[in-house]
Amino acid sequence: MSTVLNIAIWLPLVGAGAIALLPASRGSAARWVAALTSGAVLVLSVVLTVGFSRVPLTTKTPVTVAVPQFATQMPWIPQIGASYFVGLDGLSLPMFLLNALLVFLAVLVSWKVAVRPRAYFALVLVLETAVAGVFSSLDLLLFFLFWEMELAPMYFLIGVWGGERRAYAAMKFILYTVAGSAFMLVGILVLYLNAPIRSFDLTYLGSQSFPIAVQALAWLLLFVGFAVKTPIVPFHTWLPDAHTEAPTAISVLLAGVLLKMGAYGLIRMNIGLLPEATQYLQLGSMLAILGAINILYGALVAMMQTDLKRVIANSSVSHMGYVVLGASAMTPLGIEGAVFQMFSHGTITGLLFIMVGLVYDRTHTRNIADLQGLAPRMPFIAWAFVIASLASLGLPGMSGFVAEFLVFMGALPVWGVETSIAIFTIAITAGYMLYLLERVFFRAPIPKWAHLGDANRLEMATVSVLIAVIVAVGLVPSLLADVINPGVGPIMAKYVSG
Amino acid sequence: MTPFLSPLDTWSSVGALAPELSLALTASAIVLLDAFWRGGLGRNALLGLATLGLSISALLAVPLLGVNTSAFGGALAVDGFAIFFKLLLAGATMLVLFASTELLDDTARHRAEYVGLLLFCTGALMLLAAAGDLLMAYIALETSGLSIALLAAWNKRDVRSTEAGLKFFLLSAMASAILLYGMALIYGLTGQLGLEAIGREIAGAPSPSLLLALAMLLAGVGFKISAVPFQMWTPDVYQGAPTPVTAYLSVASKAAGFAVLLRVLVVALPSIQADWSALVAVLALATMTVGNVLALVQSSVKRMLAYSSIAQAGYVLVGVAAASAPGTATDRAVAAVLFYLLGYTVTNLAAFGAVTIAERVTGSDQIASLRGLVERAPGVSFAFAIGLLSLAGLPPFVGFFGKFYVFWAAAQSGLLWLVLAGLINSAISLYYYAQVIHDMYLASLPDEVATERLVQMPSAHRFSLAVASLGVVLFGVLSGLFFGLQEVAAVTLSR
Repeated sequence: MSTVLNIAIWLPLVGAGAIALLPASRGSAARWVAALTSGAVLVLSVVLTVGFSRVPLTTKTPVTVAVPQFATQMPWIPQIGASYFVGLDGLSLPMFLLNALLVFLAVLVSWKVAVRPRAYFALVLVLETAVAGVFSSLDLLLFFLFWEMELAPMYFLIGVWGGERRAYAAMKFILYTVAGSAFMLVGILVLYLNAPIRSFDLTYLGSQSFPIAVQALAWLLLFVGFAVKTPIVPFHTWLPDAHTEAPTAISVLLAGVLLKMGAYGLIRMNIGLLPEATQYLQLGSMLAILGAINILYGALVAMMQTDLKRVIANSSVSHMGYVVLGASAMTPLGIEGAVFQMFSHGTITGLLFIMVGLVYDRTHTRNIADLQGLAPRMPFIAWAFVIASLASLGLPGMSGFVAEFLVFMGALPVWGVETSIAIFTIAITAGYMLYLLERVFFRAPIPKWAHLGDANRLEMATVSVLIAVIVAVGLVPSLLADVINPGVGPIMAKYVSG
Repeated sequence: MTPFLSPLDTWSSVGALAPELSLALTASAIVLLDAFWRGGLGRNALLGLATLGLSISALLAVPLLGVNTSAFGGALAVDGFAIFFKLLLAGATMLVLFASTELLDDTARHRAEYVGLLLFCTGALMLLAAAGDLLMAYIALETSGLSIALLAAWNKRDVRSTEAGLKFFLLSAMASAILLYGMALIYGLTGQLGLEAIGREIAGAPSPSLLLALAMLLAGVGFKISAVPFQMWTPDVYQGAPTPVTAYLSVASKAAGFAVLLRVLVVALPSIQADWSALVAVLALATMTVGNVLALVQSSVKRMLAYSSIAQAGYVLVGVAAASAPGTATDRAVAAVLFYLLGYTVTNLAAFGAVTIAERVTGSDQIASLRGLVERAPGVSFAFAIGLLSLAGLPPFVGFFGKFYVFWAAAQSGLLWLVLAGLINSAISLYYYAQVIHDMYLASLPDEVATERLVQMPSAHRFSLAVASLGVVLFGVLSGLFFGLQEVAAVTLSR
């Protein structure tokens, strides 16, 4: 199975190479190569998920499943203690699967890209390998390498194929991330230098207990890198620009999987590697406060937007706050909920961005004031948008509800005030989402939009897949929870003593 | 601890000098043949002869690997460190020659002299990297400096080019005067010229005159590697000199400068390493920061790359400062510096190779003229973009690994603050590198030039550009392999 994992990581890069070899006249063949490659990766990821040893959430006995699973470890740069070490555990497998799913759907959504299609699809595939690498790396240097490898493709994808202010947005995105990762790399080096044996091996570093001062320093340095990516207010200002200017499929990937890289790093390293700093230095409570600010601030800003896409972008800021809040709770349910929310938000926001894209493709405006009464013209799009919005505001029966419920259950006993703010914010979320729906779809139709048509079959299929995933995970949460659970145990084991 | 072989006798010493000698002979042969050949030597003949000479030089250097001794009574070091630079310089010179389209055109004048001078200069730089005593270092430095002054002024009808040559000549004379003063001080203090002998003589707390000598040495070599505050000449000379010469200046001359700096500091001054490490760390911080901040506001792509090369020198100095810690830490840091220089060489050659073509396509060295270049010259834009991303330190390109190794070594030598400063600087640098990529890829071609076609480039130039860009990717992806080789070279220095 470890071979399957390696193939799933590197296959997209091979696909990108194949696209580069296509003659310029066969540009449209690129989308087929991309669809086949990312489809194959999705199948492999599903195979991995099926083959993964689960632990039901209800298990009371201590977790005995070996983590990570499907591991491969080979020497890479032995002189400095770096190895090619990949594997998946309960935290990373959901993200790995999410990446495969969303990239495949993003390729389908991009089917009509006509400007330099070869470069576009090749970059999407390079991005897929980079993100898959981030989620499966168990060596910090490898992790950092994949982390940075994602930048250049995303810069070009926003900068070349984006909207009007694409150059500004692309530059802002790359500068923010690189500035953040500078701090992150120093944080990684601090851990590396303070381990008895100099090594970037994440499992080895996880077995060490670092002095509290070292932990605090590394915690803060790593935090800056992850906070930019997640994003945590006030490091978030790149997000509305990047998400708004990016083409639809790229917004899906940005919000769906790239933000998760930050949250994943936060849980894996800050919470997982540095428990004493999180627990005793009030850094956990700082996280909780920042999480609550994220939730409230994102929702308030989303409420004020006039651009359809900016509403969704800012709602991402709000929803990523739940992840931060759950992670800061240092309870099994909190972490479980955080990872659940990461997966759930990936699918829901992905769906929302696709819906916005479909509306924009037809109306060529994202200005909410110009849109009115679209539901009769495009019933499928309208209802899918309604479902996505309901999922986003946490309607029971869909994945968002389970995730938020787990986060609240996990965080309420620890951070009462912050969690109460988060619960209260659901009302705001419901408010701006429903108000948005009402204005765009359900007012009296205006003649300007009378000629518009509904989604085509490919679009319907793409949207239906995401809705199916959201509902399935919402109705049978154990599908996802049992996968996450074995990843939570080892982290919580570090907090039991304290 | 490798056992040190006894020094070579005079006759075997000549064998140790073979790489440099073969270059000098080739250069002389080229100039003479051209003078007596009817109509002079053609482009291909020149390139063929020069390639032959450089290949022979590199081939003669390889058997010296693992010998670890000294020749000519200690004046010439024969060790892995020196061999590494011989091979690097031979390779870099070959790529520069292949990319010297404008200087080797059928219409260009003094083509043979250009090739000959370049080879002479390369030989001198090889000697500089292998210098075992101060005198050899000084002679090699002067020889290379004179050649470069001439090369910088090669477009003699261009005011900027002649200004570049004169500026380099005058400032280089001043720098070497300061350097010579420092050397004289050290000789006065120790009575020795050999680097190892000096290292044995100096012990205990440093005297004020030794610190003065150290400062003078750093100033003299700092000029060569364009470290702040000795960088004033760099932008003007880089902009004025013919682009291939600029490329040569930014990689070969700089690499050899770092070689002699490392050798003098590590071999001759190990007893005052705390002092020079602190000084070099401050230089590194100033060099990175000034280079990057000034690069932000440039409108000429050559000036931008000049400031970028100053900033890059700052990153290398971080590695040099890290070479001060005792024992294996020095090996680590030296290995990191060598790897950085290898990566920087291919990266900058890719960037300048692309700039040379871009200049011919657009007829200008302004960054703004690169707008929409991808539509006129996709291959060149791609190579340039790879080079710029590597300079910015993004993986999987070699620039990332070079920076990472240097910072990794510095972190282990306790210079974590310098590492953080370096990383913040890299983040800043991304802005101006990305700005060029933005213009090439994201901005649209101005309407009035939309129909223009690409100037046809000779295949030699395309070959040079392709090899350099391939190096940027391959050295990056396989960096573990090459880093191992650098370590072998590094260990011989600090023994």
